[in-house]
Formats: sequence, C-alpha cells, structure tokens
Amino acid sequence: MSDDNLFELKAVAKRFKKGKETISIFDDLNMTIKRGDFLAIMGPSGSGKTTLLNLLGGVDQPTGGEIVFDGARIDGLSEGDLAKWRANNIGFIFQFYNLMPMLNAAKNVELPLLLTSLSSKQRQQRVDTALQLVGLADRAKHMPSEMSGGQLQRVAIARAVVSDPKLLLCDEPTGDLDRQTADEILEMLQLLNREFGKTIIMVTHDPAAARHATHTLHLDKGQFVGKDEPELQEKSA
Amino acid sequence: MKDLYLVYKNLTRKKLRLFLTSFAIFIAFLIFGAVTALQGALNSGVEMSADNRLVVFNKINFTQSLPYAYVNKVSGIEGVNQVTFANWFGGYYQEPANQVVTMAVDPDSYFEVYSELVVAPEQKANWLQNQAGVMVGERLAKVNNWQIGDRIPVSSNIFSNKNGGQTWDLVVEGIFTASDPQVDTGYMVFHYKYFMETQSWGGDYVGWIVLTTDDPALNEQVANAIDESFANSQAETDTSTEKAFNKAFIEQIGNIGLIIFGVVFMAFFTILVLVGNTMVLAIRERTGEIAVLKTLGFSSPRIFRMILTESCLLAFIGGLLGLGAAYLVVGALSQMMARFLPNLVLGPDIVLQALGYMLLLGLITGIAPAYQALRLNIITAFARG
Repeated sequence: MSDDNLFELKAVAKRFKKGKETISIFDDLNMTIKRGDFLAIMGPSGSGKTTLLNLLGGVDQPTGGEIVFDGARIDGLSEGDLAKWRANNIGFIFQFYNLMPMLNAAKNVELPLLLTSLSSKQRQQRVDTALQLVGLADRAKHMPSEMSGGQLQRVAIARAVVSDPKLLLCDEPTGDLDRQTADEILEMLQLLNREFGKTIIMVTHDPAAARHATHTLHLDKGQFVGKDEPELQEKSA
Repeated sequence: MKDLYLVYKNLTRKKLRLFLTSFAIFIAFLIFGAVTALQGALNSGVEMSADNRLVVFNKINFTQSLPYAYVNKVSGIEGVNQVTFANWFGGYYQEPANQVVTMAVDPDSYFEVYSELVVAPEQKANWLQNQAGVMVGERLAKVNNWQIGDRIPVSSNIFSNKNGGQTWDLVVEGIFTASDPQVDTGYMVFHYKYFMETQSWGGDYVGWIVLTTDDPALNEQVANAIDESFANSQAETDTSTEKAFNKAFIEQIGNIGLIIFGVVFMAFFTILVLVGNTMVLAIRERTGEIAVLKTLGFSSPRIFRMILTESCLLAFIGGLLGLGAAYLVVGALSQMMARFLPNLVLGPDIVLQALGYMLLLGLITGIAPAYQALRLNIITAFARG
C-alpha cells in the first residue's frame, strides 16, 4: 500500500440476510482513497452509499474482503477496538446534525475529547479553536434549540474536527439546508480539506454539493459506475 | 465536562419527569425509614434482651403476682446465677396523662442482673442509703427535665399510700444510662421494701422474678426446673427467656414484622415498576443519541455504566430526600411519643440498610435499559430514525 493511500478496500463484500433470502450490497468492491482527497460519492437510493460510508466509518463490518486504513486492517477489529479507532481517526458529520439537545454548543463540541486524555484546560482550548474555525465562538453557550440549521451543522463540523481526525465522513451534510447555507457549509469543508489537509468523504444526492469535492464517484447497485475527473470538478465549481 | 456531567444533564433534561419519579422514590423511602424505625422501637426490647436472662411470671398471666418466698427458691435452683425481682407501680407524674413507667425493685440486685445499665457508684451508694430514693433512666429524666436531688411526687393509678392519697414523694438519687443507646432508659426504679411498707394493701409478694443463668445453654433446663418446682402450687409459674417474653408481648398487637414487611414491600414494588418503566422509556427516547455517542467512539460498556449511574443517581436523589424526611418525622414523633416508644430512632443501621436499597433500586431499574443500550446496534438505531 502506497504511503499516499489513506484507505484501501480490496474485494469488499457486504451481504444481508432477509428471511431466507441473502441480499448482496457489494460483491467485489475495490477502491483507494488518497490522503487529502475530498471525495464525493453519489448514487440513487439503494445504491449502497450509506452502507459504504458505514464500512468506511467502522460502524459496520464487511462480510468479505479487506479494509485497510493507514496501513492497518480494520475489518477484523472487535467492537471495542473499532470504537477506539473511530474516536482516534474519524470525524462524523450527519445530515440532521445529531447534536445532544441538553448540551450547549461548546459541550457538544467537547464530546469527542472526553475520549482523549486531554486535561480540562486543553479540552477547553481545543473547543474554543474549533468554534472559532466554524465562526461560532460567540455562540458557545447557546443550546441547539436556539440555533439555526446552518449553525447546528457548523457546531457538528466543529465537533467532527475538534479531535483532529485524519478523515471526515459526511452523510448528506447539506441535505437539510437551503442552498445558500449549504454552500457556506461546503465551502467550510473545502477549507478544511485545502488548508488543514483533512481527507473528506461525502455522500450526497446533490450534484451541486458534489462539485465542491475534488473527485466524485458514482455508485449504482454496489458498483462504481463512473468517476468525475478533478479538472471537471474544478471547472464545474 | 466528565461522564458524570452527561449523566446529570440527561437526568435533568425533563424536570417534571425527574420531579415525579424522585417524588415516588421519596415517598417509598420516607415510609421505609419511618416504619423501620417504628419496628426497631417495638423490637428494641427483644433485640436488647440478654441471652441468659429469664423471667418468671405467674402462669395465669403477668399481671398476677408471685409469693416473695419464690425468690429464694429460684436462687437455689441449679444453673441460676443472679436473681432479682420487681413489682409494677403504674406511675404518673402530676397528672394521669403523664405516665411514667415506674417499678419497685430490689436495689441490691437489680443493676447486677441488668448489667447493661450503667450507674455511677456514688449515685448507687446514695440510692441504697435513701429508702425514698429513685433511680431514673436517662431518657425519662431528660423528658421531664429531672436532675439529681429533685423531689418528685409520683402517683400510682393502682396502689394507695398508707398515709392517704396515691402519691409517693421520691428523691432522684441517680440517673442511669445504658451501654447501648437502643437499651430503654425511659423508666425509673425505687426500693421494693419502701414500696411494700408504705402501700396500704401490704403483702408479701413480687410482680415477677428475673434471673440470669450460668450459661444460655442452660436456659431451657433452668426454666423447666423452676416451673416444675412450683407445679401444683397456688401460684404456678411460667418461665421463659426475656427475649421470648418481650417478643410474645409485642406480638399481642399483631404480627408487626409481617405488617411492616407488607407495607415496605408494596411501596418498593410500586416504585420499582414505576421507576423501571420511566428509565426504559427515557432511554428508548434517547436511542438516536446513544447511537451518536457510540459512533463518536464511546464504548458500549461506558454507555452501559453511564445509564446505570443515571438510574442510581435518581434512586439516591429521591431516596436520600425521603430518608431525610423520615429522619425529621421520626425525630418529631420520638419527642411526642417518648413515653410510649422510647427507642424510636432512625439509627445508622436503618440508614445503611436504606443506602443499600437505594443502590439496589438504581441497579435493578437501570439494568434493563443499560443492557438495551449496550446491545444497541448503531446502524439499526439510525435506520429507526
């Protein structure tokens, strides 16, 4: 595996049992994701986008094949080891933000840091930096119920980056936002990719959102059926 | 922020639910504290009875007296160590409603047989010298604010004084305490001989005899020997251990233990169902949030512990408040009923027992939702929305 590669999927299979029937989502999926990529994955409903994201995020296990992250296989890890791996390497951004309603913005951002050995002061510094990065330093004490959709997604982005993960996984991050707010969020993801070198994988239905990525892979019936070149992406953007 | 902060925020996110659930637990522990203290007060005589102490009553019933001569005969029976005797006086102070438990006892042997009672030697010496002297238990002295040297007129609702009236002027010569705070000191004792000489009925009898055996293993043998030696006499005896006698006396009211168990069981069973149901619903509502925590990297055992901590915290919030209220209620009742229930206290044993029940309640009500969260599959949870 090249040092440039962050993720490598080799002959990955994923099958579900539904009653007596076995449903195959992926049969022989291969892909490589390089460090610093901003990859958009598009495809119709049922194409396997979310399942792929779950496999990449270590919340699901393949039924066959290998998933190699940063030179180490993660497909055989136990549930506990996968939880540690996620805490150390992955930042998650969801369509509906998934913030804790009883915690203010700063406490929501601090959540992943509870899984580190940082002191309270160090955690506070990181939280302040993350909130500044997303432009919400003045909203630190605000509760989720007091914020707009765009602000909630910014808090979710701050939560995703606060522990400085290598990879950000975004599941329809703009699916619940208006065009203008969606563009602001996507520009923020571009900033994280370009300026901070974060590798980003984004699942989306929205071609306008995908154009913010450096590559787009099209998935259909468990197979990659097309790829938009970086040059095309730049032009489109 | 620590896990405990998350637990606290989850617990307090629905204030009304927290209040209602805590209130149910509060009531259960209030009942537990008050009722267990009551049981302790009723049972203190049984609990504090010496293992080797026997009481000899008239076989007809304990209100009937025994001939004085029995005292010497009992002393001579093999296995008997020390013997004393007493007579019920039926006293009240100043007015009939103000009952004071008073007994005429043998001053030389009474405190020997009741060795758990503590008397200062100089006070006992003064009492032995003064025929009209009375030894007052610490609790009774405190209730009536009596001091050593006080002259107290004590009246009997049974006996008359030879000089007319029903009142005896007694002098407080000493205040006895007890080696264990559970031992009753809510009564007083005065000279048997003085009582017999001054009361109008006269007579040569005692109310009951109390004795200690050389060894608790001899209790049955000694009891049988006493009862056999007075069989077919005019005053047959019924000898039993002090523990058995006190227990039988309390059970005249009814099976207190069973009643109290029933009350406490119903209270706890109700809150167990109520709190358990509340916890299950609360955690089910948070399925999505638990899935997010797991996605972020919180391990399943850590979430399991957080939910158990939450249920235990809930049990302790309601439980400690309930126990605190029980402490105040028992304290107030203890003041009001000092004469009838002198040992009505919410002691450390009840507190420890209650803390144990709080922990148990928290664990039992939290285990099902915590296990549900432990087993929660992230993908399934997100799919449920």
